Amino acid sequence: MRITVSVDGTKYTDDVEPRMLLVHYLRERLGKTGTVVGCDTSNCGACTVHLDGHSVKSCSVLAVQADGCEVTTVEGLARDGRMHPVQQAFHDNHALQCGFCTPGMIMQAIDLLADDPDPDENAVRHGLEGNLCRCTGYQNIVRAVRDAASKMAPGAGPVAEQVSDSEITSRAPSHTGGGS
Amino acid sequence: MTATAEPEVGKARLRKEDARLITGRTRWTDNITLPGMLHLAVLRSPMAHARIVSIDTSAARDMPGVVAVLTATDLDPDGEIGMPCAWPITPDMRHPRRPVLAATEVNFAGEGVAVVAARSAAEAEDALEHIEVEYEDLPVVLDMEAALAEGAPLVHEDLGTNRSALWVFDSGEAGTGGDVEQAISDAEVKLTRRFRQQRLIPAFMEPRSTVVDPTGPQLTVWSSTQIPHILRVMTAMTLGVPEHKLRVVAPDVGGGFGGKIAVLPEEMMAALVARKLGKPVKWTESRSDAMLTAHHGRDQIQDITISATRDGMVTGLKVDLLADMGAYLGLVGPGVPLLGAFMFNAIYKIPAYRFACTNVFTNKTLTDAYRGAGRPEATFAIERMMDELAAELGMDPLELREKNWIRHDEFPFTTVAGLTYDSGNYEAATERAKQLFDYDGLRREQQARRASNDPVQLGIGISTYTEMCGLAPSRVLGSLAYGAGGWESASIRMLPTGKVEVVTGSSAHGQGHETAWSQIVADQLGVPFEDIEVLHGDTQFSPKGMDTYGSRSLAVGGTALVLAARRVLDKAKPVAAHMLECSVDDMEFTGGKFTVQGTDQSVGIQDVALAVFAAHDLPDGYEASLDSDATFDPENFSYPHGTHLCATEVDTETGRVSIRSYVCVDDVGKVVNPLIVEGQIHGGLAQGIAQALYEEAVHDESGTLTTGTFADYYLPSAADMPTFVTDRTETPSTTNPLGVKGVGEAGTIASTPAVVNSVIDAVRHMGVDDIEMPCSPMRVWQAIQGGAR
Repeated sequence: MRITVSVDGTKYTDDVEPRMLLVHYLRERLGKTGTVVGCDTSNCGACTVHLDGHSVKSCSVLAVQADGCEVTTVEGLARDGRMHPVQQAFHDNHALQCGFCTPGMIMQAIDLLADDPDPDENAVRHGLEGNLCRCTGYQNIVRAVRDAASKMAPGAGPVAEQVSDSEITSRAPSHTGGGS
Repeated sequence: MTATAEPEVGKARLRKEDARLITGRTRWTDNITLPGMLHLAVLRSPMAHARIVSIDTSAARDMPGVVAVLTATDLDPDGEIGMPCAWPITPDMRHPRRPVLAATEVNFAGEGVAVVAARSAAEAEDALEHIEVEYEDLPVVLDMEAALAEGAPLVHEDLGTNRSALWVFDSGEAGTGGDVEQAISDAEVKLTRRFRQQRLIPAFMEPRSTVVDPTGPQLTVWSSTQIPHILRVMTAMTLGVPEHKLRVVAPDVGGGFGGKIAVLPEEMMAALVARKLGKPVKWTESRSDAMLTAHHGRDQIQDITISATRDGMVTGLKVDLLADMGAYLGLVGPGVPLLGAFMFNAIYKIPAYRFACTNVFTNKTLTDAYRGAGRPEATFAIERMMDELAAELGMDPLELREKNWIRHDEFPFTTVAGLTYDSGNYEAATERAKQLFDYDGLRREQQARRASNDPVQLGIGISTYTEMCGLAPSRVLGSLAYGAGGWESASIRMLPTGKVEVVTGSSAHGQGHETAWSQIVADQLGVPFEDIEVLHGDTQFSPKGMDTYGSRSLAVGGTALVLAARRVLDKAKPVAAHMLECSVDDMEFTGGKFTVQGTDQSVGIQDVALAVFAAHDLPDGYEASLDSDATFDPENFSYPHGTHLCATEVDTETGRVSIRSYVCVDDVGKVVNPLIVEGQIHGGLAQGIAQALYEEAVHDESGTLTTGTFADYYLPSAADMPTFVTDRTETPSTTNPLGVKGVGEAGTIASTPAVVNSVIDAVRHMGVDDIEMPCSPMRVWQAIQGGAR
């Protein structure tokens, strides 16, 4: 099936097998290897990306379901060489060790902050329940999310990453993605 | 080129590693794609024990995209290849050959029987379903005691037994203490308990992956491994690939926790297939495969007897272990219980001690190192026993510990297990922990809740632990029959522009070596933190190393860095003297500068590097290089310690446990980066708490792993963890120049008994004196019902 997806501000058109998962499309076709696969039961959340501004586990979405959508991965968060406030907060608060869960954790945290711009500790812990980390014991992740909340204007997360069509055109010409 | 003013060591430097990890510009093994690369998928046995009658691969070969379907007959026709075990703990240890793919018999559910190479991972996976294997059931043995019973089914018929080895330490025989049988028979008080260390799954977040490229002059292996150097040696020995024709790379590795201290059949399989087909191949496992086939941890039955005087002086400790090896022996699996053998006596002055461990085969996934490896098991047993002894004697459990522990003015102290603890201050750590925890206040609240018969009872759990880390003095490893040494290596290269390349033999996979090693070298050479690049995990530029495990990297590898840096300075000094036209003896080095004593004439180390590069005007006969290597072999282990206090609330009506507060004060010696140290403690605590409350690998009676996904295996989420209160005392280690001890495993080792002790303390007045881990609501509730009978 032919799909057209905007990923991190670039438009891609590709033929994909109907069964192909979004995460495999991102990694194998587009080379978006910043998004990773940690499990096969949608429990770990390592593959979390944004689909039209909301977090999804990209192992639980078919590539064809993303047709016509805007996908943001961890690779598309930085703007003009500046990291997203949540990325910065993860760095500032030592919220990662091996870093494998980090892309998904950051994408979920941004979504969480969009819903609740000033979450208390409990809200952060429950908001990240679907993302597993084996290294940090979560304490610094919780700290990072609250630190980011304090530094971000309410709702600045997904809004900040929504890219309009005109911006896409001006930033990078659309082209047919690799591999097909 | 200014010198850093204040020391880097001790600063909470943000990590250099983060930039790539938070932006997704990472190099995980599974990201690697090479021209012509084929994808491997492994067909795994669903049976825990069966004879292979036949394997028909013909239909699978015809599947789209399939290039080859291979079995043991294809990869190892003579049945000669066996996965390595580097720790034959006794001369008569039974060590069955573990093949790359099973040829005639499968011995645990998950063992590989065939491999497909296809153009895509999906096509390889699809083809697996078309391989027909006929199995003939063999009797399954899963329980260790059943496995040792007369007439038990045998995992390996040819061995004639399920016993792999018996290893004994006896303080009377070793001359390090008295006769434990005598101590127990003379005792005023003695207690015997059986504890079960449940089977755990390391569950690193990055599934294992390997890419093997047979093109070019060398066979190049990328692997998600903790041990690239050991993997290179072992691959050479196992497959007969000349070591110099083998390059192993551990790129970004997403966690290990001991689970990636392994030489995998899949790594050997990938190398064999790549060589056979002449194409690069990639194997990346699914999480289900990881749960099933990556080695598990713990799984011991511990029978413990402790003896004491009525007034609370411990007089003897006897430990009998059964350790489940699973179906085969892992790389260091047989030695894991031995790492605990020296730690059961913990921080206490125990006059007589005996340890005996029987390693047992069962039809389960093999076990091997998992965070702490042997030491959590030992610490759990002794800390549980101290609580039980305190209850028996009617003493406060903290007071009992204090009565028996080594006082700070008694170091260095040689223990009944024969180790010499170099330093420690248990009083200071405990005092600080009590303050932070409000120990006395919580005890009062506990009394009040008991008095009012509150359905939610409060428990206080204590764990005063130590551990041996900084693995390890090579001589000690030799005396324990381990197959290698415990040294670590470092190289420092001064580049012409004054930048510094540091090559370490340790292999970080989340520990932050790039940051911490930069801090150490910045201080040693007086160059800016930012000017240092730390390289690791590739045998091409780092040919020597013993890799990362056992909280060894800083104590051993960090020391190697210091020694290498000193050699750089030794080489730079004559050049600096030559540049300043003075005698070498008149020079001093501080803050990155060589200065002529008593003058303001100086030259920076980075300027010296440029002068050496140019080599236009060097002292006569000077060899134009500052590059230096060093190898450090520790004379002793290091011994972190600390006091962990946990308060839990136990709902006696539902059995639900919630951690109300957790305080730990750890003494890991000198701290290079407090941020990294705190992070290691947090993560360690989470894993130890998970053993106490949540995690358990469960097999059904047929040997099928029923906790084979993250949907079934209770890996805790953020919502399952409390906020920890952490603090430190700092008693430097005296066995290395940095004064460091190691921090990778401390949290895990200490926290499990602290939590379980607190749960039992909450309901002890209801007649409960033990609850098997994990202390799930069901188990806690059942214990309360049983106790109340």
